[in-house]
Amino acid sequence: MNDHSDHDHWLTRASTIRRLWIGSIVVLAATVLMDLAIDHHPHFGLDGTFGFGAWFGFAACVAMIVFAKALGAILKRPDTYYDS
Amino acid sequence: MTASVLPPAIVLILGGLVLPMLPVRLRGFAILALPLATLLLVWQVPDGVALRAPFLGYELTLVKGDALSRLFATVFAIMAFAGGLFALNQNRVVELAAALCYAGSAIGVVFAGDLISLFIFWELMAIASTLVVWSAGPSARGAGLRYAAIHLLGGVLLMAGIAGEVASTGSLAIGKLELDSLSRGLILAGFLINAGAWPISSWLPDAYPESSWSGMVFLSAFTTKAAVYVLLRCFPGTELLIYVGLFMVFYGIVYAILENDMRRILAYSIVNQVGFMVTGIGIGTELALNGAAAHAFTHIIYKALLLMSAGSVLYMTGKRKCTELGGLFRTMPLTTICGIVGALSISSFPLTSGFVSKSMISDAAGIQRLEMVWYLLAAASAGVFLHAGIKFPWFVFFQKDSGLRPADPPWNMRAAMVLCAALCIGIGVLPGPLYAILPYPVAYVPYTAGHVVFYLQLLLFSGLAFFLMLGWLKRTMTITLDVDWLYRRLGLALARNLNQTAETAWIGVTNSAGRFARGVSSGVRRYHGTDGVLARAWPTGAMAFWMTIMLAAYLILSYLRS
Repeated sequence: MNDHSDHDHWLTRASTIRRLWIGSIVVLAATVLMDLAIDHHPHFGLDGTFGFGAWFGFAACVAMIVFAKALGAILKRPDTYYDS
Repeated sequence: MTASVLPPAIVLILGGLVLPMLPVRLRGFAILALPLATLLLVWQVPDGVALRAPFLGYELTLVKGDALSRLFATVFAIMAFAGGLFALNQNRVVELAAALCYAGSAIGVVFAGDLISLFIFWELMAIASTLVVWSAGPSARGAGLRYAAIHLLGGVLLMAGIAGEVASTGSLAIGKLELDSLSRGLILAGFLINAGAWPISSWLPDAYPESSWSGMVFLSAFTTKAAVYVLLRCFPGTELLIYVGLFMVFYGIVYAILENDMRRILAYSIVNQVGFMVTGIGIGTELALNGAAAHAFTHIIYKALLLMSAGSVLYMTGKRKCTELGGLFRTMPLTTICGIVGALSISSFPLTSGFVSKSMISDAAGIQRLEMVWYLLAAASAGVFLHAGIKFPWFVFFQKDSGLRPADPPWNMRAAMVLCAALCIGIGVLPGPLYAILPYPVAYVPYTAGHVVFYLQLLLFSGLAFFLMLGWLKRTMTITLDVDWLYRRLGLALARNLNQTAETAWIGVTNSAGRFARGVSSGVRRYHGTDGVLARAWPTGAMAFWMTIMLAAYLILSYLRS
């Protein structure tokens, strides 16, 4: 993230970032595992599957990013487009 | 004129008009005191008609109160105060004056008891907001003009619809309208233009980001939410709105993902958030309508907070593109934290205001067995975290080190951000007071274990998707063409082309007309001119000669006959 990480802010150090990733993965796993302990009240069928929020949220975001990228390939212009 | 109350709108509108004439010292006081006085008046408005006035043969209801009006007027007044606090050090007095009039007109809209009063305040809002855009200076002139043109178009549609409605029903009353006539379709179209509904939505990301660092805070609050109010009032349960709303939701996400300008990201996310509200209005059950109203309330505050943090960055650095920003958390800690609180709120993170309002809308879809709508809203909730919840703070405050080392902004801007952040968390932790002022009784419990875990999974895994796909989300110095291309480029090209074609055709017509006229006149001259055959002075000799010929011919003929 940063070349001069030793004398920069602690948040930008490689070791901090590694710890943040590990911490985040633990939290992510914990939220999925909580599905074992709690009782969801699904409205339909699919939303009652294990870790629904997790896989659905992830898949939805990937789909939206891919779609946006494809749309961008057609509709992107330099930001000076309207200035000329 | 029957009056049992001072109309709350008038305080801010008159205050705005007088503001530029006040001594500079008093201005700051007025900017803070007028919204508070208005808030007090809002809560003096009783249920039912409170103020009538005759106008052009109609009896107008200038103030009519109920829970829905008071809810919107309350958050408008709070926002006028918070925005005023944030903008205290704005030295363009026109913007502040226009902002007060703008807030006042929005409050006028939500208390209007008939369609004509509504229209008057609606148009005042359009004028005042255009002035807010324009007061940013010459760079905002074009965008402001386009903004005004679109809103005047919306006003024309609305007026035509109101005229048709009055002609066919004879009633000026504002109430639930079935979408069963052209005039009601026009009224709906007028409302939807102000809500930023596609395809006439690009005025919003076009004009708002061109306003000043404080201007966009005001702009984000009133126009679109006044439109949500009138939709709630007139078109609850109109199925069409579900699809309009869902389209807005995803349109906002996709364009925000592609955007580089930090305030344009937030502008697209206004369309996205209003989409949630419009969907809720389309679902139309009490829970959904409460959800839409509550979401408008919370949205105004967290979007203002996000725009205050973006405005602070713009104020301190003069930069607005993600590609030029980054790493500001080092020297702008308060702005960063407040920006993150706003970002979490817009993403409906548990313990923030967005969670207690947005989940009502998706739950209403679930209860109504609207399966597709529910899944799409869930996907959209993940998408909000993606495009606003993480993208905005990440690219502005973290990302790379841009080398910029700006300090946090002046005290009043910090105070306004802290106020909004406190409201976001306060409403998220204790939703009771907000639920108490919603239009319908609330028996909704947002904090169930299943709910909280579902949202945490949804949001955190969308965060994971963001960081895993960061390469795909890298910002570039680009814009993404939107519907406004039709009138900014295609229309312009067509107009120029038409101009050229018409010019060529005209030249052709004038040339051939000239040739024809010259032909006629030279013909006339040839025969009738001074040397023309028909106008020539004939010599006497020639006459004698022809006379002789004729007499000779006569003589010969007479010989031949005899």
